[in-house]
Amino acid sequence: MTVAVRVIPCLDVDAGRVVKGVNFRDLRDAGDPVEMAQVYDAEGADELVFLDITASSDSRETTYDVVRRTAEQVFIPLTVGGGVRSVEDVDRLLRAGADKVSFNTAAIARPALLQEAARRFGSQCIVLSVDARRARAAGSGSGFEVTTHGGRKGTGIDAVEWSARGQELGVGEILLNSMDADGTRQGYDVAMIEAVRAVVSVPVIASGGAGAVGDFAPAVLAGADAVLAASVFHFGTLSIGEVKAALRAAGQVVR
Amino acid sequence: MRPRVVVLDYGSGNLRSAERALDRVGADVTVTDDTDTAAECDGLVVPGVGAFAACMEGVRRVGGDVAVRSRVAADRPVLGICVGMQVLYDRGAEHGVETVGVGVLTGSVEQLHAPVLPHMGWNTVQPPPQTHLFAGVEGERFYFVHSYGVRPGGAGETVSEHGERFVAGVEHGALSATQFHPEKSGEAGLHLLDNWVKSLS
Repeated sequence: MTVAVRVIPCLDVDAGRVVKGVNFRDLRDAGDPVEMAQVYDAEGADELVFLDITASSDSRETTYDVVRRTAEQVFIPLTVGGGVRSVEDVDRLLRAGADKVSFNTAAIARPALLQEAARRFGSQCIVLSVDARRARAAGSGSGFEVTTHGGRKGTGIDAVEWSARGQELGVGEILLNSMDADGTRQGYDVAMIEAVRAVVSVPVIASGGAGAVGDFAPAVLAGADAVLAASVFHFGTLSIGEVKAALRAAGQVVR
Repeated sequence: MRPRVVVLDYGSGNLRSAERALDRVGADVTVTDDTDTAAECDGLVVPGVGAFAACMEGVRRVGGDVAVRSRVAADRPVLGICVGMQVLYDRGAEHGVETVGVGVLTGSVEQLHAPVLPHMGWNTVQPPPQTHLFAGVEGERFYFVHSYGVRPGGAGETVSEHGERFVAGVEHGALSATQFHPEKSGEAGLHLLDNWVKSLS
């Protein structure tokens, strides 16, 4: 009895539609989130992540509606992130049917938010999403830096230290996204996964860079408990089944 | 007649999924904190996520502890899910603090010993030979998310393992419980809920 490596499709949702582009900049439409969630569920996805990239707060209502409709149709865990700023946002998303909620920029601005959310709703439903890149300035810390604005702005915060701090503050999972690898389809940033795995004992989801079936097992060997990808699934380059077959062939346990 | 199921609402987490999953398998579902409704229904579901102490406080606030004990004493079906299962035990220990539970199951809920916690994801289970709850899905994986558990040793237990063996399910007379989330365990979970709902009529 061993917990299986989770394979997680991520749906970037803008005003109720799924989009995903190279490095978050060149967006392409790839469908209705509720329908896609059902397809991924049927294909064997172990969880789903919705990343809300809706810019205007007016359109946030659309997100709650998408979460609500998805939770009515799909009986696997759903994590929602993007634009989550307060404990009240978490409450609304959980009530709409999300199982986990991820914090990113708002937690960088005010880390205590993680603690407040974890205390109120439990660690199991609070995820820290870390958008990290190889540090531009050499010689300090782990060499990985937390970014904001889709990887365009550096914060000077060490990504490995930030992940450990997130765990201290009570988050139950780290979603580690390599902004260098994101959209390149050249494989996960294995060194980054190893560095974060070494300092946290909560599950780590590897994200950014998946392009071929062979990319997933190295992320797991580096210490990831789950592997996330977006465009390779949305555009049919890879199926969930193919990824799981490759993981199984590499000796990993999958569902 | 569809079996009437109450999901006890004491302020814990996402109840929509449990409601929708039970509805999907044919139950007439009400989400409420009203203990009269909870006393009269065909099956009572005690959900729960987060901390044992916080959940137990919520359960007690709505009178859920009394409602559960009365139902169990009268041999009327109760299903505890995740922390909703944990609070059915005698007590839970978190960060060195003990909290008294509903006490319809014997044992103590303690932190699991495992390199990665929470135990998050799909794991296999070992149901007892006479299982009704797991009939048809004995070999399936179910979705877990928890850091605490109960060490096996009681009757009618289903066991799983993460770092160490723990109780993944209980079937004890009218009392059923799962440490995993059947409402989040895809087709296998719906099948299990269907088994439970069918047993109510």
